[in-house]
Amino acid sequence: MVNASEKIQVKELSVTYDSVPALRSVSFSVLEHEILGIIGPANSGKTTFLRTLNRLSDLNPKLKSSGEVLIDEKDIYKKWNVFQLRKKVGMVFALPSPLPISIFENLAYGPRRDGVRNKTRLSETVERSLKAAFLWDEVKDRLNESAMKLSGGQQQRLCIARTLALEPEVILFDEPCSGLDPISTAMIEDAMRELKKRYTLILVTNNTKQAARVSDRVAFFLMGELVEIDQAQKIFTVPKDKRTEGYVSGRYG
Amino acid sequence: MRKYYEFVVEGLIFASGIASIIFVLLIFIFLLKEGLMVFRDVGLFDFLFGKFWYPISEPPRLGILPLILGSLWVTVGATIISVPLGIACAIFIGEIAPGWLREILKAGVELLAAIPSIVLGFIGLVTLVPLVKKFFGLPTGLTAIAGSIMLAFMAMPTIVSIMEDALNAVPKGYREGSIAMGATKWQTIHRIVLPSASSGIIAAVMLGIGRVIGETMAVMMITGNAAVIPHTFFQPVRTMTATIAAEMGETVQGSEHYFALFAIGIVLFAITFLVNLLADLSLHRKPVRA
Repeated sequence: MVNASEKIQVKELSVTYDSVPALRSVSFSVLEHEILGIIGPANSGKTTFLRTLNRLSDLNPKLKSSGEVLIDEKDIYKKWNVFQLRKKVGMVFALPSPLPISIFENLAYGPRRDGVRNKTRLSETVERSLKAAFLWDEVKDRLNESAMKLSGGQQQRLCIARTLALEPEVILFDEPCSGLDPISTAMIEDAMRELKKRYTLILVTNNTKQAARVSDRVAFFLMGELVEIDQAQKIFTVPKDKRTEGYVSGRYG
Repeated sequence: MRKYYEFVVEGLIFASGIASIIFVLLIFIFLLKEGLMVFRDVGLFDFLFGKFWYPISEPPRLGILPLILGSLWVTVGATIISVPLGIACAIFIGEIAPGWLREILKAGVELLAAIPSIVLGFIGLVTLVPLVKKFFGLPTGLTAIAGSIMLAFMAMPTIVSIMEDALNAVPKGYREGSIAMGATKWQTIHRIVLPSASSGIIAAVMLGIGRVIGETMAVMMITGNAAVIPHTFFQPVRTMTATIAAEMGETVQGSEHYFALFAIGIVLFAITFLVNLLADLSLHRKPVRA
């Protein structure tokens, strides 16, 4: 993966929350079609980083950021239209958060907001997205039921599917399996391995084993700093930094 | 000793708890007992739909249709004004205003609720009534529309504060999920937040209307109090509440007039009970949506 192109470039990104630093001058790149795992203890800035990438951080007026983030070599604050950015950079949250509308409407929500009115096109998008998230067979007969009736694991796959419906290029996962049982977790991980063929994935997780299972490369964050980023294999076997070694071997965090 | 103490405290608390129910029951029984007496002399239909309210003529004519319509016109007018304003205000406070402005506005709305209705009434009388007269070119400003505008101000705080609670109860995940899919703020409010909060919004509107129907002093001061069937908003009207307040003092206890005023009380009670019931039902309705 040496010559893979750089999808996202982060240059000296610093973020403060209410003038407390949350990220300290972080610089690295995310490659196209990789799964980048981000690990680190609580308050290390993982989620803050993720929410900066699709500018969901804009919702919080206490957050201030400096530095540059380029996606497709375009600055997310200066060159991207924020609504287009959020369609290109989808997000799956820690808690499954379907909208309180039907399964179909959950998936059609994004495309509809984007101006798609054509019924057939919407149906096709819904079916394709549900299939890609391995949910189609379970829900194809009850698309008009409320999404709130689905189980937690199904809801989380629905959230992945609704992200896919927007035809994104990057998908951010914020601890997507933290509330799920092992079987649901396995299904999500399978989906992620499949998705990486077409998308670039960033996975924030507290579960280092999960990061080892699915990531191509892993970044270790600590106290808002990027300690180390390398091939997953190396991070978990021969990390360069003592702190990384301590964390992955479970000595703290 | 300790055992007695427990017993006494428990007894007192039980008595206070049960007292409120007993009072409501007693009031209700008294209201029914006095009010139903009027139907010895007037039929229910003639009472509700009689067009003339001449309680001191001989024999008295006790038709409360003008009063019901008076209350209705004023309430409908106040609803038309206060509901869109109240909903817009709650959306602004709950969803759009930055933190500092939100606090100021919330305090302002609460202050509006704290103004005694009689004060609003006389402010209305000296400022709003002449304005209505001039603006619409009427012979008098003491009209249903003046009452509606004034009552809209009284309903606003109820609508805004209850609706704002309803908006607050919408989980943050809904908003973030919507925004993360590229929706704008307004699309999120319109498509997700408002539908999720709909039962609370209906309850807010209902309780606001309940407030308007029951209001007495302010309407008595500024609606002109003519017990005739109103045909437009620009006529003087008399509401049911104002009738009771104005006439109870000068009626002979035990007369037909006296009983008729109690019967108006029953009608009012029935209306406000219904409105509150509807509000309660929509507030506790389970959010089942397809």
